[in-house]
Amino acid sequence: MSGKPGIAEQGPTLDDGRPLAPFGRRACRVTRNIASGGYRIFSAVDPEGPDPAAGQFYMLAAESGWAAEDGRPYLARAFSVADSDPEGDRVRLDFLVQGVGPGTGRLCSLQEGERLWVHGPLGRPFGVPREAVPGAHGAILVGGGIGIAPLALWRRRLAAAGVPTRVLLGFRDRERSGGLDLFRCSELKVASEDGHQGHRGYVTELLEVMLRGDDADGAVVYACGPPAMLEAVRLLCAERGVACELAMEAPMACGFGACFGCAVPLAEGGYMRLCVDGPVVRGADLATALVPGGGH
Amino acid sequence: MATDLCGIELAHPVVNGSGTFDAIAAQRAFGDALLERFPFSAFVSKTITPEPRSGNPPPRLWETPSGLINSIGLPNKGLDGFLAEDLPRLGELPVPLVVSVMGTSHDQFRRLVSGVAEREEVAALELNVSCPNVESGTIVGESPDETRSLLDAVRPLTDKPLIVKLTPNAPPVPVAIAAESGGADAISLINTLRATAMDPGGAGPWLGGGSGGLSGPAVRAIALLQVSEVAAAVSIAVVGMGGVASGGDAADLLEAGAAVVAVGTESFRDPAAGRRIASELSARFGLSSSG
Repeated sequence: MSGKPGIAEQGPTLDDGRPLAPFGRRACRVTRNIASGGYRIFSAVDPEGPDPAAGQFYMLAAESGWAAEDGRPYLARAFSVADSDPEGDRVRLDFLVQGVGPGTGRLCSLQEGERLWVHGPLGRPFGVPREAVPGAHGAILVGGGIGIAPLALWRRRLAAAGVPTRVLLGFRDRERSGGLDLFRCSELKVASEDGHQGHRGYVTELLEVMLRGDDADGAVVYACGPPAMLEAVRLLCAERGVACELAMEAPMACGFGACFGCAVPLAEGGYMRLCVDGPVVRGADLATALVPGGGH
Repeated sequence: MATDLCGIELAHPVVNGSGTFDAIAAQRAFGDALLERFPFSAFVSKTITPEPRSGNPPPRLWETPSGLINSIGLPNKGLDGFLAEDLPRLGELPVPLVVSVMGTSHDQFRRLVSGVAEREEVAALELNVSCPNVESGTIVGESPDETRSLLDAVRPLTDKPLIVKLTPNAPPVPVAIAAESGGADAISLINTLRATAMDPGGAGPWLGGGSGGLSGPAVRAIALLQVSEVAAAVSIAVVGMGGVASGGDAADLLEAGAAVVAVGTESFRDPAAGRRIASELSARFGLSSSG
């Protein structure tokens, strides 16, 4: 097994350590749906799946009211898991959602007791620093907006593994800083574009300062957020010679390599399928983090 | 609910549509559980072209009411890469294998058909003459004469069953009759309907490829009619597909004359959809499923 300290042994895994999903979708009961700023955090109890690795995602669709009025939403929606907690042979999964369209709107309206169709956990998770870079010992987490979700679980897993971790989070405004509720730690620096808290400006400006420090050596940067933020992180890390892993987003119909929709351009030419080769991608492997249609 | 397609025994009448399920990638996500509960009674590969293709620039997808437009552009490893890397793995699946091929000339089709047909892992071949994502793919399948001419070119190369996949973007009956006269063993339809979407920000066409193909329940009624008309016009087997999401949808296509039904877009919503649909179909006919 991978022997990641502090990370529970699981069922079947792929050779890169990712927990494998049960085959087929299954119904999970929604147990909570709370407001967090302008976002919602909802929980569902998975009766069958393994504890996911941080950075993995699930395809989600409400059992009822999906494809309801004008036939949308039709496809399931991909969401990174923001927190997970094994409860006996079940796993509680938390997701952070912003209602921007028919699918996310319906997920925001989920009521306690409703059922959710789920398949997952899917995709390549974050790798601990010493797996990303031999000898690396620390982690710098950089999150923006709704994209901070997978970093919340990753921070908790890294802490359990005893990896020194610093967290930088950026938000546009108070309304869109809701996911901050997922972070209950002191090692946190915040930037906001409107200056309502922390540094006024972009989170990548905080990263730039941090990467100037000597202690950036031996650290791996883990980032998730809007495409422009990810691209800035990728370029800063490349310039500074620091390894980075980016949790990305692309329009996706299936989540398991069937539809070939989630193409992300590779540095070496051609495309990867983000659902099976990502969603966590090494910055050095990418041609750009600005994927057309990403963040849509 | 065992059935037969061109002499190939199938445990039930539900297969996948080409390009809607990647059994190798799915094993990365689901492991051996995929093989233990394989959802289809035969596996149809993604379309293989002579040379490798990286596919269309993103965005490649657009959700419509009850459907999906895709503009994928046939990414694949090319014939040599497929034969060397993918075919041995697909040969280990617990069901018969159908390989889909597409060329832009008779020479390319001859190379594909002879290269694929000689491999023992392959039970049958599907000729993709209808993919609307690639300019050359539309030509043959929209013309009865071109279709007959293609069959004349490739039919002598193999005794294995040849399935011709029709496009719904031209009247399918004359093309199906031409394929049968050229020695095709089966007809499959429908492929996707040509479609497009506009960028919500007003930046013109949304899809990186400009246009794409529509699938899902949005096309089901069109598929049902075309399958019904083709099945009435030919005596070879018909593989019916288009928006199948339930055993009831599959039963409609069988009622319309299809011998076998394919599931496509529904597998995106539930990877095990094929298994569920086969089981619903079986329950509907009051027979026990052997799948």
